Amino acid sequence: MIEQVYLIPLLPLIGFVVLGLFGKRIGNEKLLGMIGASTVGAGFLIALSIFFGMTGMQPEERSHVVRLFTWIHAGDFTADLAYRVDQLSILFTMIITGIGFLIHVYSIGYMHGDKSFFRFFAYLNLFVFMMLNLVLANNFLVTFLGWEGVGLASYLLIGFWYDQKFEGTNITWTGDAAKKAFIVNRIGDFGMLIAMFIAYQYTGSLDYDKLQTAVVGGLIPAHIITYMGLAIFLGCTGKSAQIPLGVWLPDAMAGPTPVSALIHAATMVTSGIFLIARTNVVFASSHTTLAVVTGVGICTAFFAATVGIAQNDIKKVLAYSTVSQLGFMFIALGVGAFWVGVFHVMTHAFFKALLFLGAGSVIHGMHHEQDIMKMGGLKKHMKITHLTFFIGTLAIAGIPGLSGFFSKDEILWKAFSSGSPVLWGVGVAAAFCTAFYMFRMFYLTFHGEERFDHHHVHPHESPLSMTFPLMVLAVFSIIGGYFGIPHAVGALLGHAPNLLEHWLEPVFADADKILNHSHAAHVEPIEYGLMVTSTVIAIIGIFLARSLYRNYGKASTEPTAKLGGLHALLSKKYLVDELYQAVFVNTFYTLSNSFLWKIFDVKGIDGVVNGTAQLIGGTAERLRRIQTGVAQNYAVMMMAGIVAVLGYMVFVR
Amino acid sequence: MGMDFLTSAPIVLISFLSVLCIVVDALTPKSERITFYFAGFSMLAAMLMAAFTMPNTGTAFNGMITTGGVATFFDILFCMGGLLTLFAARPYILRENVEHDEFYTLILYAVAGMMVIAHAHNLLITFIGIEIMSVSFYVLAGYFRSNTKSVESALKYFLLGAFATGFLVFGMSFLYGSTGTLDYTVMANNIQSGMINFPMLLSVGTGLLIVGLSFKMAAFPFHQWVPDVYEGAPTVVTGFMSTAGKAASVSALMPIAYAIIGESGHQVAGLLAIIAAGTMLVGNISAVVQQNIKRMLAYSSVAHAGYILMGFVANNEKGMTGIVYYVTAYLFMQLGAFVLVSLIERNIDKQLELRDYAGLSKKHPVIAALMAFFMFSLAGIPPMAGFFGKYYLFIAAIESGYTWLTIVAVISSMISVYFYIGLVVQMYFKDAEGEGIDAHQPGLAGLTLTVATFFVIALGIMPSTVEQIARSFFK
Repeated sequence: MIEQVYLIPLLPLIGFVVLGLFGKRIGNEKLLGMIGASTVGAGFLIALSIFFGMTGMQPEERSHVVRLFTWIHAGDFTADLAYRVDQLSILFTMIITGIGFLIHVYSIGYMHGDKSFFRFFAYLNLFVFMMLNLVLANNFLVTFLGWEGVGLASYLLIGFWYDQKFEGTNITWTGDAAKKAFIVNRIGDFGMLIAMFIAYQYTGSLDYDKLQTAVVGGLIPAHIITYMGLAIFLGCTGKSAQIPLGVWLPDAMAGPTPVSALIHAATMVTSGIFLIARTNVVFASSHTTLAVVTGVGICTAFFAATVGIAQNDIKKVLAYSTVSQLGFMFIALGVGAFWVGVFHVMTHAFFKALLFLGAGSVIHGMHHEQDIMKMGGLKKHMKITHLTFFIGTLAIAGIPGLSGFFSKDEILWKAFSSGSPVLWGVGVAAAFCTAFYMFRMFYLTFHGEERFDHHHVHPHESPLSMTFPLMVLAVFSIIGGYFGIPHAVGALLGHAPNLLEHWLEPVFADADKILNHSHAAHVEPIEYGLMVTSTVIAIIGIFLARSLYRNYGKASTEPTAKLGGLHALLSKKYLVDELYQAVFVNTFYTLSNSFLWKIFDVKGIDGVVNGTAQLIGGTAERLRRIQTGVAQNYAVMMMAGIVAVLGYMVFVR
Repeated sequence: MGMDFLTSAPIVLISFLSVLCIVVDALTPKSERITFYFAGFSMLAAMLMAAFTMPNTGTAFNGMITTGGVATFFDILFCMGGLLTLFAARPYILRENVEHDEFYTLILYAVAGMMVIAHAHNLLITFIGIEIMSVSFYVLAGYFRSNTKSVESALKYFLLGAFATGFLVFGMSFLYGSTGTLDYTVMANNIQSGMINFPMLLSVGTGLLIVGLSFKMAAFPFHQWVPDVYEGAPTVVTGFMSTAGKAASVSALMPIAYAIIGESGHQVAGLLAIIAAGTMLVGNISAVVQQNIKRMLAYSSVAHAGYILMGFVANNEKGMTGIVYYVTAYLFMQLGAFVLVSLIERNIDKQLELRDYAGLSKKHPVIAALMAFFMFSLAGIPPMAGFFGKYYLFIAAIESGYTWLTIVAVISSMISVYFYIGLVVQMYFKDAEGEGIDAHQPGLAGLTLTVATFFVIALGIMPSTVEQIARSFFK
């Protein structure tokens, strides 16, 4: 079955081609949606069967490389289009196709009646194809294909409603938001390219195996490994929206909500985590890189969480929460607990997809209203959405028993046990903010006074195609955590095994060896203390939000506004966008406008180009005159040529 | 002897079937349909035979012909070109109301001649193959016998072709006089071991051989017939001549390059380099000012001969591999472009000006998109097949020390972008005068276009597959 892995990306590709070429002619929404969803769903089934096939094998036999064909062969350099099926990639593949399938189904309801229905599903399929290439790749080049491809799909989908307005710093249309996402990501891609160059320079190949062997075998100088890790990480900060490149994600909410759920919450933004997990030895071999990853992760987690408090757009709150949760994942990677980072990717994918789809359901029911200040009291209109959203909110807040608790608490413990109580403290503060703003949003949306205009807005529950994915995801948001029960909790539950850590162990074995990690199930009592503390703090956050927002009415004033200047700063997102605009955008714009365009381009380049064109045109005119159309003349020309050739053969040695 | 028939099955089969085709044609009244299918199935059968005999490398019939290897690869290419031409030609000549049964038979002969060239292991066989092919082409070029341009082009082609053939035979006789043999292997051995009379004869003979083949390949300064002939000949015939015909001339030069040129060092490589540079520059620069699309493509065909010659300049494993890859890619993209031209064309020679293509993308988006696709490939823009073709040839030239030639090639490629993209600009960014033009329903030509498009994409995405097959021939 493993040999058939190419089918998983191939099916969405076929879906993309069929929908893209014939979508307009097919026209029927049901059929289009079926095509889009079934290609991804079939991929999920194949991924599942490969996964169960792998569980039957010995752990060391589970990693396979499936070579399809040699993609590029130039001199000594070869790059195959090859897929690497191992514990890490199959896990990501299942998340992408599984959640991707649910979101395709959801979109059938959400996009109903859109004039470009087929285009939406074509793009979604393109995205899934590219994302699968990213995670299944056996070398940097195929990953890069997927990396750029998801960037493209993301661009196309953010600007999907290109004729609609969108509010943002220097952004008026959704197309501007799409451009911003694309350009900011290009900066990260540059880092990724540098990392690829370094890998080729030192290993003569772009294969992950060769890189891993070279790093473990000490064939690459230590400082080069550090540079390479930092370059990869720059790419990751772009895709995974970390400081300093995280500014694009909140504006990416201009896209349709299923897109936000699939691309900007569950899958694409985790590709940074994936890439670090894939090249784990590079990171494990350099303390500098790990420190940078941890530092960026904790800063992002904390700052994004604080910004979330002051946002009123339901999707922007979720966007900042995504940025913040991604920060948590990077903390896990930074302290060398790679499997925990991947674990949080998984649980986060469930509950964040659920929250986004829930938000989409609310937006759908509210006739495209996104401001939570203009909602309230939706509980009685949208029962299923309310219940599933509540589960998702509990999960992200880290309430014991739900998936978010397991992964987030393990991250906090790893942060603490890596020797830094400060790291733990800031993490808990971020978790407190998370619990607070999530429940603030929850109460403002579903409880309190109905603040919307009753004449124009009639909230209603969404169709089954939308609520069904919500229910499935709600179930997984609860049980998703039990695949990776931390040892401390496992000890309480009668030594329940940590399935996920055990599953991923071979992937990170080399990195663990470098970092001297052991997998002994040794539990320290303090872990329980920390766990209880962080849980209590989260619950305090929830109750604070409850007391402030449960009865929020039309006339109420926003309690956080009492923070004064701080609130203004938070709602303006620490003015990062304005700062970038002033420092980078304006500088480059001025330089381009005054020098590069008006002097360098117009006078220099254009002059050369036009001159060359005139030269060639003149020569061509002269050549045309020789072309008389008379056969005798041609024979004479040939004779001259023959004389020249013979002269050369006789006289030139 | 029995084994010889087996290992050289493709060429035996196609020769037998092409003779049989005349008999079938003569015995059946209203035989257009029958000859069409007969020719088609003959080429299909020869193609399958070629694929089967590819591993049996060696010689047959007392060393007169080679079997297997690159010769069979060329067989497949010629048959593919012939088949694609056949599919595109039937609707075309039906439309112009000039269907005669000998058209399909002539294509079959031309393919048979090309296959003889590819299999030749002896100067005489090469010559016979070239003549079979050329005579078929002369007739095909004048196929529209009531159209003066077509007749004129056939006559010009015949006159100048005969002129060039004279020099080709002359060169062959010189080589025989110098080395005492016509067999390529023996000739190479004799040259290597110095067993030659009158070294000057060898040089002059080689020079004349290059002159003759340059004419067939449409290389500078023997290219002047090309625009006139290509413009006058029926469009699908032009497509066939400029792709499969060029590939056949290339396959003729291949054993000669290996046996003779390879032994005489840098002298001939220098000559080929000058011819290549001139061909690329003259072809591309002249194409810039053409207003007629067939003339433009004719000059572009000249330029592509220049790129191919770069592989002969390198004259090693890489160069030859690049040539095989390039002619394969070139066959599909150039043929595809000519078939599209034939869909737009009206009444034999109307609607062939570049400005007729203005606004085509609005009226016929699929045709315009395919045309743009082939133009991008011809211009060498990745990831289409044309890009990797150029890449392999340029690398081969650089590695054998001809950096200046590669610089010329890159410059002339840049010039070529102007007129290839110029057509795209016409189709997409200019508005039609009045109604805009109508295109014909493709019919069977749709099959040709589908296959050509498929290969241009496949060769571009998976260049290594063909490259590795080609490389294995020259190990």
